[in-house]
Parts: sequence; C-alpha cells; structure tokens
Amino acid sequence: MTQSNTSAVDYNFDVVRQFTVMTVIWGIVGTLVGVLIAAQLIWPALNFDTPWLTYSRLRPLHTNAVIFAFGTSALFATSYYVVQRTCQARLFGGKLAAFTFWGWQAVIVAAVITLPLGYTSTKEYAELEWPIDILITIVWVAYAVVFFGTLIKRKVSHIYVANWFFGAFIIVIAVLHIGNSMVVPISAMKSYSIYSGAIDAMMQWWYGHNAVGFLLTAGFLGMMYYFVPKQAERPVYSYRLSIVHFWALISLYIWAGPHHLHYTALPDWVQTVGMTMSIVLFLPSWGGMINGIMTLSGAWHKLRHDPILRFLIVSLSFYGMSTFEGPMMAIKSVNALSHYTDWTVGHVHSGALGWVAMVSIGAMYHLIPVLFNQGRMYSIRLINIHFWIHTTGVVLYIVAMWISGVMQGLMWRAVNTDGTLTYSFVESLTASYPFYFIRFIGGVLIVAGFVLMAYNMFKTMGAKDGSLKPVEEV
Amino acid sequence: MSSFWNIWVWVLTLGSIVGCFILLRWCLKNFAGVEEGESMGHSFDGIEELNNQLPKWWSTFFLLTIIWAFGYLALYGLGNWTGILGWKSSNQGILNIAESKAKTLEYLKKDSGVLVQYDREIVQADAKYGPIFDAYAARSIEDLSTDAEALKVGQRLFIQNCSQCHGSDARGTTGFPNLADKDWLYGGSPEKIKETIMHGRKAVGMMAWAGAIGGEQGVKEVAAYVISLSGRSVNADLAKAGKAKFGLCAGCHGSDGQGSLALGLPMGAPNLSDNTWLYGGSQRAIEESIRNGRAGVMPPWKAILGEEKVHVISAYIYSLSQD
Repeated sequence: MTQSNTSAVDYNFDVVRQFTVMTVIWGIVGTLVGVLIAAQLIWPALNFDTPWLTYSRLRPLHTNAVIFAFGTSALFATSYYVVQRTCQARLFGGKLAAFTFWGWQAVIVAAVITLPLGYTSTKEYAELEWPIDILITIVWVAYAVVFFGTLIKRKVSHIYVANWFFGAFIIVIAVLHIGNSMVVPISAMKSYSIYSGAIDAMMQWWYGHNAVGFLLTAGFLGMMYYFVPKQAERPVYSYRLSIVHFWALISLYIWAGPHHLHYTALPDWVQTVGMTMSIVLFLPSWGGMINGIMTLSGAWHKLRHDPILRFLIVSLSFYGMSTFEGPMMAIKSVNALSHYTDWTVGHVHSGALGWVAMVSIGAMYHLIPVLFNQGRMYSIRLINIHFWIHTTGVVLYIVAMWISGVMQGLMWRAVNTDGTLTYSFVESLTASYPFYFIRFIGGVLIVAGFVLMAYNMFKTMGAKDGSLKPVEEV
Repeated sequence: MSSFWNIWVWVLTLGSIVGCFILLRWCLKNFAGVEEGESMGHSFDGIEELNNQLPKWWSTFFLLTIIWAFGYLALYGLGNWTGILGWKSSNQGILNIAESKAKTLEYLKKDSGVLVQYDREIVQADAKYGPIFDAYAARSIEDLSTDAEALKVGQRLFIQNCSQCHGSDARGTTGFPNLADKDWLYGGSPEKIKETIMHGRKAVGMMAWAGAIGGEQGVKEVAAYVISLSGRSVNADLAKAGKAKFGLCAGCHGSDGQGSLALGLPMGAPNLSDNTWLYGGSQRAIEESIRNGRAGVMPPWKAILGEEKVHVISAYIYSLSQD
C-alpha cells in the first residue's frame, strides 16, 4: 500500500488534502444530523419546540450534508488525486482548483445556514435557493475545467476507466443541476420553479434519480476503479466489461427517474419507460461490482489482514445489493407495496451507508497516509474496529427499515371483509417505533465509526514525517 | 403529444435499448488486439487491465432483460401507442368524480375495450362490497346505531375519512367540532347528521367584525359581553358597552347568544351561553374570533363515499351522543 511521492511530476496534492480532511469532518456532521432526526422520530420533543431544529428543516440538511458535503468532497478529493496520477500530469488550472475547494465549502456553509432558517426551493436533494444554486454552477464549471484540463494535458495515451466515470459524473451533474434548478426568483431568497405540475415532478425526479445515478453511483465507481486495484495490487478484471457496463450504465440511468412517480399523474407510457429502463439497468450496474470484486482474483487472502480492502470489497457487496433492490422496487407492482414506506429509506441507506460511505472510507484510509507522507494510518486496529462498527450499524439500519417498510406497506393495504381499511395510518406508525429505535442505534454506531476515523486521521497527520512504517506483507 | 415528439420518444427509447444490445454484442468479441486473459498492455499509475471475456451468466442475463424490455413495451405501449393490452392506469382529462363514473358506465355498457385499471378496481370493489352497504342503507340510522357490527364498520370509515379533522375519538379539536357530545351546530338528529355529511357545511356569517363594531375597543367590549353569557365574571362596564353592540350578532347567535340551532335557523352559529367553544373560550381566542372572523368548512362526502357509506357513518356518529 505504499507509494512513492518522489515521482517526476509535481502533483497538486494541497487541494486533495483539503478535500480529504473535510470529507471526514462532513461525514461526522452529516451522519450526526441524521441521528438527531432519527431520534426525533422516536422522541419528537427533541426538536425543543425550535423552528430551526424541526425534522422538516433538518432532514434536507442531513441529505445535503451527506450527499454534497461528505460524498461530493470525497469525489473532489479522489477525482483530483486519481486524474493526476493516472494521467501523470499536474492538476490543470492553477488556483482554479483551490477555488473549487473554497467555493464548495462556501456552498455547504450556506446550506448549513439557510436550510435550518427555512429557506428552501422544496425540490428534494435540490432544496438550496437560487443564489446558492448559481454558486454551485460556477464552482461546478470550474471543477469541469480543472478535471478535463488535466485529462487533456495527460502524459499517457489512454484515458483510464476511473476517469470515464468521473468525467461522466461531472458533465451529467452540471446538466441535471442547471435543468432542475431553473426558477423565477421573486426575492433574494425565494423563487418559483419554471416548470409546473407533472412536468415539475418529472424534472425533479429526472434530477433526483440521477443525483443517485451519476453522483452516488458513477462518481463512486470512478473512485472504486482506482482504489480497489490499487489497494489489492491486482489488475482490473476485464477491460471489455468496463466498456460495456460504463456506456450501458450512463445511457440507461438517465431514463430511470419516472419510477419515483409510479401511479401518479405522470403519463402511463413515461412510467412504463421508467420501469423498463430501470430493469435493463440492473446488469450494467452489476458490471461494476463484478469488475471490482473479480479484481481480487488471486488475492482473496488479503481480505483477512487488510481492513481497508475489506471496506472497499464490502462496499461493492452493498452496491450489488442496492442495485438489485432498485430495479425490483421500480417494478410497478412491487412499487405499489414499497412506495412511501420505510423500505425506500432502507434502500437509500444501503446505497448511501453501505456503498457510498464504505467505498469513500476505504479510499480515504488509502489516501491519507499518501497525502501526509506516511507509510500507513496511525492505527490499523482502529480501522478494523471502524469497519466492524460501521458494518454493524449499516446492517441494523437497513434490516430495521426493510421490516418496518414491508410491514407498513402490508398494513396500509390490508382490508376488512366489508372493504374498509383494517388499520388507520397512526396504527402503522405505532407499529414502526421499535424499528425506528433500531435504526437510531445503527445511526449512532455509524457516527461513532466516523469519530474514530477522525481521531485516526488527525493522529496520522500529526505524526512525524515518515514515522509510520508500512505494515509488512504477511 | 404531437407526432414529432412521438417519433422522438420512439427513436430515443428504442435506440437506447438497441444500442445496449449492439454494445453487448461488440464487447463479447475480442476486439482488443491481445489474447483473452492477458493484460491490455497499458498501465495507469501501476494499474493494469486484463482482457477477460464478459462472464457468461452476466451477458446472458443482460440479453434476457433486453428481450424482456421489448416485450414489456409491446404489451404496455410507448408514446401515443397504448400497446397490445391497451392498458391505462386512469382516464386522462377527467375533471370530477361524476365524469369518471359516467366513463366507467360507458365502458361497462359497451362490454368491450379495456377498462382503465382504476375503474376496474372500483367496479370490482363495488361488486364485492356493494351488497353489504346496500343492506345497511335499507335500514334506518336509529336501527343501525344499536347494531354492533354496523357501528364497527361506521367507526372504521370514520377513522379513515373523518378522524384527520375530528380526531380518532371524534372529540374534535380547535376549529373542528366534537361529535361525541350533545352540542350541535346543525342538529344532532339522524337526518341532520346525514345531511351534514352528505352535502357538507359552510359557516359564512362570522366575518371580521372589528371594523363594524368600533375597532379594537369594540372587540374588547363585545368579547366581554360574550364571556359574561356563560356566567364568567367580566368588567361590567365593558360588558355593558358590548351588550349594546350585540344586536349585530343576535341575527345569527340569538338575542341571548343561544345559537342559531335553538332558534331553528340553519347557519350553524354556535351557542355562546354554554361552555363549549369551537375556536377556544379564552378571552384572547374570543377576541380573535370577533376581530378576524371564522370560516369553518365541512366538505361534502356524497360524491366521494357514496350515500350508502355516509349512511353507516351517520349511524356511528349518531350513536356517540346516545347513552
């Protein structure tokens, strides 16, 4: 796992370091807000009768913090690192890279302030109001210039597969963000969507599902394609699989949004196409998992000793689970049961905590020693503890939500012999409380893991240069 | 959708799926120029890539989903074409429940074509559960109000449709009347209860009175008088001045504030001389009612639930005030 930093190219690792540290910090913040709102669902008094601490305002803060603060900082860090190393070129754009760091942190701070104050566009995962949306656009264009500029000045003939995914993620997120955020401002912090009715809903989920598809999937597959082979020290399993699953994944994902709007005012054929594409998407999604896991061929024994590799490989297992579950839930008759229940919440978190968070955590543990001139992290044992705490937390969380979700779906559709509903809504809510508590425990474990990670990171950063020697191969 | 957009949809949808098929076929061949299982020969920061064949189970499964996609689209349609099954989830362009019901009847009479899924489910539910409610509808509300089984059905319907405003125990909350006491705005007889649920109620008379009764001072005076009607002690001067202005209120609430029901009037003006307060009985709440008015609305349920179910709910509501 050691790498020489004395290569001929003078890489720009300053911005990578900054994004790496903030990834860990925002990881704690984002999950902590999540635990608070999970607790509020059990003990509503925890909003302390304060408007800016209510569930309705903190929930978008939680989603924005984990997706755009934690997840996207991880993507900035890894894409800047990977594109430089696989292109053998210093980051393009000079100070522009630093601007993307400070600009993106400004976006996050703006979110932390405005969302609790109640400023919201009400679009899921795109709640930030129009002035912040403009800042996001500027930072994102700068990001694209830095990333693609570096690709252009690369010193190797081919473009590595990780960069295909990063590139697709950067371009599509720009298109989605601009398309979905088109509004008519009426004051400094209030605007109305230019779309109306079913079209507005469709735009919202075209954006929403592809925030999942391109940011949380394609972007993190880019991360996976560098850090898995690097950590396993094995070649990528199949170049041809990379090609077919990359192009199929990006061309199919963009269609999947309508499956969030089954049985709504959306035209029937749009729902049909959304479901069809979601199911055809299943195998291309699994292509990434196969390529990642099969890369370990001949090196399976490394899983026994290397908790970082374990994070990466288990993340791929969760990725496989979520991308199987997703197409299933997109089937209309399954969706009729699962939609609007906690099952959806469980599905999202098996993706977010299992796939996105674990692949990022693995990548950060690989990256931190390299960036701070060490041979390894301060404590491998703590990484191992983090792995088990995090995995236990994720399993508790998603199992609780599966049970609760299926139960809610079944309760809502149960009818008596006279055709009246068997349960009132509040009865299904009461029945969910035990699972809300299990979910809360799972969340606490996740936060605890992140705190351990931060401790480990700061100890590694604080250690004398080169004093942490790499672990000998067993 | 115009034919341009229809063609656009067809080309893009089918193009994407066919594109995936061509891509899969292409990658199943070894086009890479190196032996299968060998390294592609380029290295990125030390990472190499092998030229392995796609896993067979994976490519077969992928192919099957592509074939399935064509089959599914053929059955359920694309763009302006409604597919072989002609399936529709609902009737588009329907403006109200009456139109929807007329459309259903039209389909049923023709006995051909495809009933939209929503209507089909309604027709099935009506066929299955209709007789139960028809039997209830044939009996009087008083009769049903002593039938334990009918009351259970009525309670379930109440909990699903009415409890959001009136509470799951029917005891109401601020702005939504308590249905379990003997205090009524529009009458507590079986007929009146059913009339209220069937056609809804709209309290229109309680407008904002501050301007008409001399501003904030007038509001204080009238409020003091209103409070005195239920026997609470108030500032006598204020109440006296308020009484002088109460004539404006008496048209609906009666000269002694006994409410419109006691006068046999239909506007639903509450009795002000008892201790039941729809919008709160504090001085502040009463002043607010006078100052800015109140506008309670009970929506009509006939079109949504049908008369038979309203009949059973009426029996349940009626039973709550009988003991």
